[in-house]
Amino acid sequence: MSIEARIQEFAAINPAEQLKKFKAQGKKVVGVLPYYAPEELVYAAGMVPMGIWGSNDKEVMRSKEYCATFYCDIAQLALEMLLDGTMDQLDALITPTICDTLRPMSQNFRVAVGAKIPCIFLAHPQNRFADWGVEFCKDQYRSVLDKLAFLAGHDVTNKDILHAIKVYNASRAARREFVKLANEHCDVVNPIQRSAVLKASYFMLKDEYTEKLVALNEELKALPAAKWNGTKVVTSGIICDNPKLLQIFIDNNIAIAADDVAHESRSFRFDAPENVDDGLLALALQFSSMDYDILLYDKFSNKNRRAEDVVAKIKESGAQGLVLFMQTFCDPEEMEYPYLKKALDAAGIPHVKLGVNQQMRDFGQASTAIQAFADVLAMQ
Amino acid sequence: MSDIYTLGIDVGSTASKCIILKNGCEIVSKSLIGVGAGTSGPERAIKQVLDGCGMKKEDMAYTLATGYGRNSLMGLADQQMSELSCHAKGATFLFPDVHTVIDIGGQDVKILHIENGAMVNFAMNDKCAAGTGRFLDVMARVLEVRVDDLDKLGALSTKDVAISSTCTVFAESEVISQLAQGTNKNDIIAGIHRAVANRVVGLAHRIGVQDTVVMTGGVAQNSGVVQALAAGLGHEVHTSELTQYNGALGAALFAYQKAARAAGVK
Repeated sequence: MSIEARIQEFAAINPAEQLKKFKAQGKKVVGVLPYYAPEELVYAAGMVPMGIWGSNDKEVMRSKEYCATFYCDIAQLALEMLLDGTMDQLDALITPTICDTLRPMSQNFRVAVGAKIPCIFLAHPQNRFADWGVEFCKDQYRSVLDKLAFLAGHDVTNKDILHAIKVYNASRAARREFVKLANEHCDVVNPIQRSAVLKASYFMLKDEYTEKLVALNEELKALPAAKWNGTKVVTSGIICDNPKLLQIFIDNNIAIAADDVAHESRSFRFDAPENVDDGLLALALQFSSMDYDILLYDKFSNKNRRAEDVVAKIKESGAQGLVLFMQTFCDPEEMEYPYLKKALDAAGIPHVKLGVNQQMRDFGQASTAIQAFADVLAMQ
Repeated sequence: MSDIYTLGIDVGSTASKCIILKNGCEIVSKSLIGVGAGTSGPERAIKQVLDGCGMKKEDMAYTLATGYGRNSLMGLADQQMSELSCHAKGATFLFPDVHTVIDIGGQDVKILHIENGAMVNFAMNDKCAAGTGRFLDVMARVLEVRVDDLDKLGALSTKDVAISSTCTVFAESEVISQLAQGTNKNDIIAGIHRAVANRVVGLAHRIGVQDTVVMTGGVAQNSGVVQALAAGLGHEVHTSELTQYNGALGAALFAYQKAARAAGVK
């Protein structure tokens, strides 16, 4: 099978069709909202986790009843799909609360759709380093697991969880490798294809997804290094999966060397330890080890470590600049921007900040900014 | 060697502008039609600029399109470029010492940092009409005055009136409220000019402001906004009578570079 055909298999994954397919197979499907829900528990319970990160095709209508005007599009569009019947077949919903916007939104989900879809509340601890933080996280995961086991109608053993951790670690490793290979072979994997491959992980069973991705990675590894005459950037933001937006990169000969995107690399950066016998503890330790994230408490915040980590990523990947996709009304990203800018300016790395949201249908302004940014990079 | 004529076309959101340059230094014709992308404006502007110097499209060694509607001219132009690069080029031609360009067009605000004639950094407004030409259009309509008269009327202001710079819709409500309270129109207009300037000043400080500061785009014709901007920035703000043509001028200059290179001119 050609590389293009393998990539097309990922690109063809349609969330609605996948949901129908899983239900037709008699599987239970659990919707998982951002961020950092332990999907491993859903997998361990024999059910299918499906990520819900808003939609590029829907418009906020019904969810306005539950949300303030200036509210995160991703959260509102997730609720929209729960209200308009798109996801009526879901058996449950996990609502993490580490994001300041998604925390109150978890209650909106419960009030709006709780009667038809059970909502499983998950509170990660911000104080995640100390033993008591890890213990709290483990307790939360146990609570989630109990609800999932009830939904599944059978016990979920520690062995099931340990197996799920292995499956997910392998998947994360494959995705990290793909990101590197997509950079090395950016002449073969364009930004739209790169996004499609990573996005498909949210709608496929992880073992099936990983098997396909490992096969694609092997094909990419066998290729000679790309002779790239365009520019390379690192992307940053919550989500960057709109093909129309990514087409602008292609039109301007810009490759994505790496990303600092929550929906992409930030979601598979940290593995759960496999040398811990207690599966729930291993997952809590994984959360404890997470770092360099806008949403996570940084006990060394005066050192601007996260922004410097992004700078290091840009340098390591060979990118010449950063394109920041700032989601409209995303308070955490807006709050972090001055720190990121400070580190980028200090390192002499050009960047462009684009205001985006999932209801955007016209990308004229983004096109102008990205084209101008390509001119700036070429000038350097 | 024969003269090289190049055509720059700037199709903006509210106007279409063209310039024909001779040998990359002499403007032989220019045109402006008050409608932009998606209208008959670009076609009419091209016809007018060619008629203005008695030339044909075929006489142009190279044609370069820029502006919001630049992609719609790809059958006609040899190349398209972003208006930011073209504004940098045009402003450097008009003001060789320029370091900061502030371009306020119909729907965009752009701040460019220029070094040695090249754009090295820029900032654009978010997808929001506040601080743009559209903001002034909306306010002029509410105030029942011509947008071209705003600067003259604002100059007659005797009292400060604060107008919000956050949102065009909110600001429109504030203006209606001020009118209902009987506030003098001229004072409201001066407040509107400061609101536009305040919005732009915040954006400009993201990339830093260095002399020489040049303002381009249609709004640069409004001396009230230019003065408010100078006060807000603490820098003198230069404009040109070619302010609205600056993008087209830059496009024509880039077109000349291409044509000259092809013709072997050093």
